[in-house]
Order: sequence, then structure tokens, then C-alpha cells
Amino acid sequence: MSFELLEKFRDPALCRKILDKMESELDRELRFMEVCGTHTVAIFQSGLRSLLPERIVHLSGPGCPVCVTHESEVNAFLDLAGRDKVIMATFGDLMRVPGNKGRNLKKAVADGARVKVVYSPFDTLKLAKENPDDLVVFIGVGFETTAPTIAGTMMMARQQGITNLRILCFHKTVPPALDALLADTAINIDGFILPGHVSAIIGVEPYRFIAEKYGKSAVVTGFEPLDILQSLNQMIEWRNKGEAHVSNNYTRIVGENGNPKAMEVMYQVFEPTDALWRGLGMIPGSGLEIRPEWEQFDAKKEFGITIEEGPALAGCKCGDILKGVKQPDECPLFGKACTPANPVGPCMVSTEGSCAAYYKYKLD
Amino acid sequence: MSDKVLLDYGSGGRASQRLISDLFLKYLGNDELDRLNDAAVLNLSGRIAMSTDSFTVDPIFFPGGDIGSLAVHGTVNDVAMMGAVPRYITCGYIIEEGLPMADLERIVKSMGEAAEHAGVKVVTGDTKVVPKGACDKIFINTTGIGEIIVDPTPSGDAARVGDAVLISGTVGDHGLTVLGTREGLDFEAKVQSDSAALNHLLVKLVRELPEVHVLRDPTRGGLATTLNEITKSSNVCCELVENDIPVRPEVRGGCSILGLDPLYLANEGKFLCVLPGEYADKALEIMRADPLGKDAKHIGTMTDANPGKVVLVTQLGGKRLLGMLEGEQLPRIC
Repeated sequence: MSFELLEKFRDPALCRKILDKMESELDRELRFMEVCGTHTVAIFQSGLRSLLPERIVHLSGPGCPVCVTHESEVNAFLDLAGRDKVIMATFGDLMRVPGNKGRNLKKAVADGARVKVVYSPFDTLKLAKENPDDLVVFIGVGFETTAPTIAGTMMMARQQGITNLRILCFHKTVPPALDALLADTAINIDGFILPGHVSAIIGVEPYRFIAEKYGKSAVVTGFEPLDILQSLNQMIEWRNKGEAHVSNNYTRIVGENGNPKAMEVMYQVFEPTDALWRGLGMIPGSGLEIRPEWEQFDAKKEFGITIEEGPALAGCKCGDILKGVKQPDECPLFGKACTPANPVGPCMVSTEGSCAAYYKYKLD
Repeated sequence: MSDKVLLDYGSGGRASQRLISDLFLKYLGNDELDRLNDAAVLNLSGRIAMSTDSFTVDPIFFPGGDIGSLAVHGTVNDVAMMGAVPRYITCGYIIEEGLPMADLERIVKSMGEAAEHAGVKVVTGDTKVVPKGACDKIFINTTGIGEIIVDPTPSGDAARVGDAVLISGTVGDHGLTVLGTREGLDFEAKVQSDSAALNHLLVKLVRELPEVHVLRDPTRGGLATTLNEITKSSNVCCELVENDIPVRPEVRGGCSILGLDPLYLANEGKFLCVLPGEYADKALEIMRADPLGKDAKHIGTMTDANPGKVVLVTQLGGKRLLGMLEGEQLPRIC
């Protein structure tokens, strides 16, 4: 999309108009959760957080792939880094994620591990070809947004006869996590700002249960200030009429049915499985695993990796923050024992984590 | 000479002599360097500014520059930021065995041209060749020295409440260019490093303005990190207006794709100028009259609201912190 068009979605006068309308229509506190970490950052970066009516409580949900990567998964990839004949390939986000004993990939590199930051999973094909005597292991972390590209990479690797590429598959899917959040009666959410990138793949249909089963509203939303404000305003209007709906406010990118081709590619290679989410625990059907016919690429099988629930990090409230039960600055470690330089929990380490966003952008 | 740099060239023997005379003196030679004495004898007077920097950029050639010119620009700029006229620089080359001789020649030639353009002489140098793998192609250290022409010298702790904050042009160009070239990323619109020697413009500025409090080049860590350093040292708050910060659309686009923030990307041909508000217009006039300052903008003001912090007034009129960069910027997953 052209930048000129994008600028329209940042129009200060239009934003002000919607902000004023929201202010006048709010008769009580409403709690909205943005599922996606990119939304969290967009809300802070644009300064929206300082402009939203006080009665809107803004919660950051479990939509940052780094934040929800379970500690057992982190320890698994850190254990692999530094193994003989293994080159880890990863997106940059995971480089600072702490495992147990303060380990992370950056420190592993300093200790001699071979870790390559890639910009696309397809870069691993070249890496594998250039290092035929090594095993290239790509850390497959992310939601429906990244899974199809990784599936495509595996297909291409098979076509090209590449045998030294493995995927450490920790993919998760968003709708089951939202179902789990809504089923938890301790969690009080009035509506969801639904992720733009994930929805571009899965469409709107998989979220219908939010209104039908739980009577809450949700709007697929883009990342510009006007996108976010329009979605919030829409949900306030529905709320005032006593209605609940799921709709798509990001039609310039997200089709009602998403991207069927990407979904087909994704499910050709992966199948649903139960998955452990950091802070949320085991959520049935919320993960993706490599199908048996693609197991030649499966790093978990190759290295016998199992993912298990372990003891929670002492004092860390990332779990409550991901559920929208606590705000980042309500965590006793926030800004003290836990900072971006020395993150204790995943919400502080990821650039899209809610704690990192609070620490980085929040003025008061 | 061989078509590749061999360990022999760092031996100190005949091969080293040949490298020095056929290459370094050819492009960097001047009365002082040509003497090949153990040390340079310099003619300087008054208060002196001195700075050293090591350059390890990857890739060594990038759109808009290379490690040779960068090594001159970086150090010349550091000296000039103190309100000084850079006069002499030194250079230390650490070269990886096997570097193509043509690449080395291109770098030394570029360094010579940059030094000539900046009006500095390379007066002493050193060359080492290390075994393959012991360094990455080539590292260059430069030290610069210059005569200070203003009193008091501009300093990071001299910003005052009410001061205007000016930037000499668009930010993020160098950082995105180097990252894009290193990773082989093909941006829709090509970007180019802004690497340049700013000393002539800076000398003009400090000579013509009655007072300049801070001059800094926002290199690694970018505009945001440099301003954080200044506000902390000076114990003032910098209120920046996002709309006024010049960023090329292609840089904004590239950053948006990679999940990077142009305000944290390195610049090699820009400077920040903090000075009393009443001199802002005059400073902008001087800057804009020079090609290196044609896009200069007044981007913010020093206040007493949040001492030690940088606050960004966003396009929407909201306010948020603009903190210091933590480690390097890493591209995100989605």
C-alpha cells in the first residue's frame, strides 16, 4: 500500500473526532484486549495510549509469539544451540529470550554456538546448501502468520532434495487461546482487537465463537491509529446497544476467508496438537506439529525433544499479564529485577511484549 | 604486488615497504607522511580536540560509501563536534590475509579522497595483516586531532531548558543501507548511506552563531539514543515533535518491513545542534545553505518536564517516551 494512503489512517483530525465520540459514549469502564503484540506497540508508538479515554482499560493479550513461547521450548532450543554440527536459524526476536540459568542465544553465540538470524524461513534453504555437513535447525516460533511460510520452506526443501534442514516446531494458533481466555471466569474482557496478520491467513470465521459462545465482540484490526480507534468505537457502540459481533475492519488486507492457499499449505505440512503456552498452560488444539509424512524435517523427533510444564519463574507475572488480569507495572519485578537489559519474563524480552512496551514507551 | 593481501605484506620487510609506497603513499601521501618517520611532527596551537574510532563495518562497500571514507568521516566529524577544525588524522589498518588487493586499493583511494575533501592530512599510519579468519576482511582505526575555535566548547552536558534541538537532515539512511546491503535485502526504493564529512558546515556554524550548546553526531544508537545521552548529561527533558523529524519515505518503508525504528538507526553524515531558541532560525539558515544540511529541521525543544528523558509528541498529539536503545535492534517475527 502507498504511504500516502497509509497517512490517511493516521489523520490526527479524524482520530480526534473518534476519540471525542468515544469519550461521550462511554458510560462505564470497558476492558479491551489487543491480542497481537504489534497492536500493543502500535498503540504506544502512536501515542494513542495517552489519548484514549480513561474509561478504556487497555489490556495486552497472548499475541506476541515470543511471549507465549513456553520456557520448556526456550530451553529446548538453547540446548540445541552449540551442539556439534548444528546451525540454529532464527528470527531476531528470539536472540535475547532467557532460558533457565540466564542463558540466551546471544550468550550461546559468545560461547561458540553457530546461530544465524534470518529474515525469512526461505533463507534457511541457502544456509543448508552452503553447509552440507551441518544440520540447519530453524526455530519455528509464531502463529498462523509464519507457519505457512515455514510449511512452504519445507516443501521447497523437499523439491530441492535438501536433507540437512530441520524445523523445531513450536507454532501456536490464536483462536483456541482466545477460547481458553474467555472460558476463564476470572478474566474480564469486554472485547478483542483481533490480530491483522494472523487474520490475513485465517480470515474472520474462526473467531465467530467469541460472539456466539461468549457474547463478546471482536474486530479484526489493522495497525494504524485510525484502524484501532474505529474498532474500539465500533465495539463501544455495540456494547451500548447490548449487541455482540465479530467483524472485519481490516478489509484492505484481510479477506473474509483469509488466505485459503496459505491455509492449505500450512495444513498439508502441519496438524493441530495440544500446546503449552507460557503463562496460560496447556491449551487443547492450540499448537501445530509436523505431520508424520514430513517427519524428515522434524527436529523434535530427531533430537527426542519433549515439552513439559515446569515450575513458574518466581515473582514473574507474565502469565497474569498475558491473560489481561494484571497490567505490566503491577508486576513486582517490573522495571526493577526485570528490565529489557535483564529480562526475567518473556513479556519484557520481546520487542512486542507488553512489559517491554510499557517500559519503553510509558511516560508516567 | 600480489592480487591478494598476503601475510608477507605485514612482515615489516620489503613486501610491507612495497605496500606502503605503492598503495598507502600513493593515495594518502603528503609532506609529513612521506617522511615515513616513526612519528609525525605536527604544527598545532591552542586548545586541541582529539578523538579515535575503529571501523568494522560489514559490508565494507555499501551504497553511498565504504569503510575507507567512513573511517575519515567518522573521526573528522567527532573532532568537529567539539567546535574544532580537524587538521590531522592517523590510520591503522588491520587486514585479513586474502583480501583482494583491488578492494584494498579501492578503500585506500576512497580514504585519500575523503581526507582531501575534509581538508585533513593523514600524517601517520600502521598496517597489520592477520591470518585468514582472525578479522573480518578489514578493520580501520583512525585518530583525529583538531584546533578548537570556540569557547566554551559544545558539550553533551550543556543543553539548557528553552534550547532548540535541530537535526541537519534525514535520519536512518546509513543504518538501513548497511543492514539492507549486508542481508541482501532489496528495498522497493534504493537507499544510500549519508556518510559525509561535516566539518566545513560545522565550522561555519560555530563561527557565525553567538552560542551553540551541544553538537553531536547521532551515529550508532541513532537520534533517539544520542538525545537520551544529552538529556541525561544535561538533566533536561527533550520534547521531540515526531512530525518534524525528517525521515526519507524509503527509509520509513524499509524500517516498517523489518520492524526497525529509524530513530535508532545509525547516521554518518548528520548532526544534532542544541542551542538557545533565539538562534534556531539563523542556525537553520546556515545549515540549509549547505548541501549537507539542506534538509535541516527544528525537531524539538529542551524543557524541564521530565528531566533526563526524551518525550516524543506523536503525529496524533499523544506523548510517549523515546528511550535509549537496548542492545542492537533485531528484526521481529511478524
